[in-house]
Amino acid sequence: MTEKKTTIELKKLNKRFGDIVAVNDVSLKISENDFFTILGPSGCGKSTILRLIAGLEVQDTGAVMINNKDCSFVPANERPVNMVFQSYALFPHLSVRDNIEFGLKLKKINNIDRKTRVEEILELVKMNGYDFKLPSELSGGQRQRVALARAIVNKPKIVLLDEPLSALDANLRMEMQQELVNIQRDLKMTFMLVTHDQDEALSISSKIAIMENGKIIETNTATNMYEYPSKKFSAEFLGRINIIEGASSVINNRILFNSDTFGKINIKQDIKLPKDGVLGIRPEKIIIETGLNKQKNRVSMNGIITNWTYYGDVSYITIELKNKSKVYINVQNIHRNSLQELNIGKKLFASFDISDLIILEK
Amino acid sequence: MSYGQKVNIIDIDYNWTLINYARATDGVYFFTLFKSVIISFITTFLCLLIATPVAFYISFSSVRIKSILLVSILLPLWTNLLIRTYSLIALLRTKGHVNNALENLWESANYFLNLFRLANHNLIGESFTPLSLMHNNFSVILGLVYIYVPFMIIPIYLVLEKIDRNILEASYDLGANHKVTFFKIIMPNISVGIISGIILVFIPCLGSFIIPELLGGADSQMIGNIIERQFKSANDWPFGSALSFILIYITIIILGVRYVYSKLYSRLNQKGVS
Repeated sequence: MTEKKTTIELKKLNKRFGDIVAVNDVSLKISENDFFTILGPSGCGKSTILRLIAGLEVQDTGAVMINNKDCSFVPANERPVNMVFQSYALFPHLSVRDNIEFGLKLKKINNIDRKTRVEEILELVKMNGYDFKLPSELSGGQRQRVALARAIVNKPKIVLLDEPLSALDANLRMEMQQELVNIQRDLKMTFMLVTHDQDEALSISSKIAIMENGKIIETNTATNMYEYPSKKFSAEFLGRINIIEGASSVINNRILFNSDTFGKINIKQDIKLPKDGVLGIRPEKIIIETGLNKQKNRVSMNGIITNWTYYGDVSYITIELKNKSKVYINVQNIHRNSLQELNIGKKLFASFDISDLIILEK
Repeated sequence: MSYGQKVNIIDIDYNWTLINYARATDGVYFFTLFKSVIISFITTFLCLLIATPVAFYISFSSVRIKSILLVSILLPLWTNLLIRTYSLIALLRTKGHVNNALENLWESANYFLNLFRLANHNLIGESFTPLSLMHNNFSVILGLVYIYVPFMIIPIYLVLEKIDRNILEASYDLGANHKVTFFKIIMPNISVGIISGIILVFIPCLGSFIIPELLGGADSQMIGNIIERQFKSANDWPFGSALSFILIYITIIILGVRYVYSKLYSRLNQKGVS
């Protein structure tokens, strides 16, 4: 496969606000047609990266390259990028059509082209017929669609989305996530999203970068980020995980991990364990069983249920082992009455496969 | 009362005559009325010119500076109008602070010119002649602007505060420069505030009489002064009332225009909805 074209490249970007370092030495590449997501807790500087790319902030040091052209000091109104704001930022005095046309009019695109493009976009975001409504007459989801339309109608090199779905309710958010993916795929555009919602990041992006305190910790594809994270912070941020502390030792060419929770665990030889590394196992990889599993590649445990939270499709269980350490398990509620067996205080057997273990750097 | 007629010092004959209104339209009164409108118009325009940047500056300042600026704009409003007007007199009169400052400037300029042996070239005049800043239309307009500018700043500032800062960024992001953003995005959103400001300034300006009385001269009388004179020295209450009513009618017309405008504006916005 040929190397995909790089749309955005950030080179050692730095930005401070007073004493706060918002963006700390961030370098990253976004390829053409990627749906790239920056995921991080609030206040980690992820929105600032978007604003730096859009040109709404100016970096202290570093460079922003758009299509291999240095745009570090190009003003926002001349950059080939468009942004969807968290608050949508629709112009309240303009109708839906005027909002969408705003960018096209400034580009001096003639009447006929403009009309057809606006029609196309309205069709795409399923807002046809709303041309002359004012933003104040629209619902949250509709405003969201208009904001998206206003950005993509200009055919920018990259569409920047700043937590665009955070103001929508859960069902609508799911729907919009799916639509965002479809639109991005149909238009073959590059999207860059910023969010603190890990489910959103996992479900819509092709690539995820995890950010903490102004630094990008790790970049990977969505599935690899969940299944094979390399940093403890990213593993924990992307969902619940059991962290297994301990120390590793090499005996007879085999790596043994002497864990506090499960005792000795054999790890496959070809994996390098970092010095102060820990192991992790996702709660859904642990299976409840009727007795101790003696199979070769499985780690078994028995414990007592101390906590049980019901989520409808899954239940989150916490069990306490003999050595007082706690293990999280996710159980699919396969049968209606499968719940009745999960009472607090009940004894439980469970096991997981060694190959599902994640090796994490602290 | 405006339809009555004065018969002697204390008696008024209420005979539904229109003679007072007829009198208001002739020569000097009509001219004064017209002039009042013009002066108010100029004042309002100047207030708008001053207030818009000031309101912008306040609105875009940091929270701390914002409150300081707002208080400093509101503070004069808590001082008596007369005191503020007299303070202007202190500044503007022939031997006032402005002329003093200018005179000092002239003296020092003259001193330096002497140093460089240029005094004989008569570059800055033989001697300092104080500017006549008082008792003319200039001082009246200056006074009116000074007194009424806060009433323009505050409504504009309030609507500016309500604008989501993100829409300005959205505008830049979509390719608009500052000028386009100002006229296409900011102006339509603050027009309500500007209109309120115009009304808040124009209407009191039209009826003001203390400021032209104290700062104005013989040729810068406004309709307010004439009305006051009718009630006081001329003791012609019917005519005074007639003039007052004309002022009220003008005010009503202005408010009516505003009402029609706002109706039209919202109608324009709803175009195509049904």
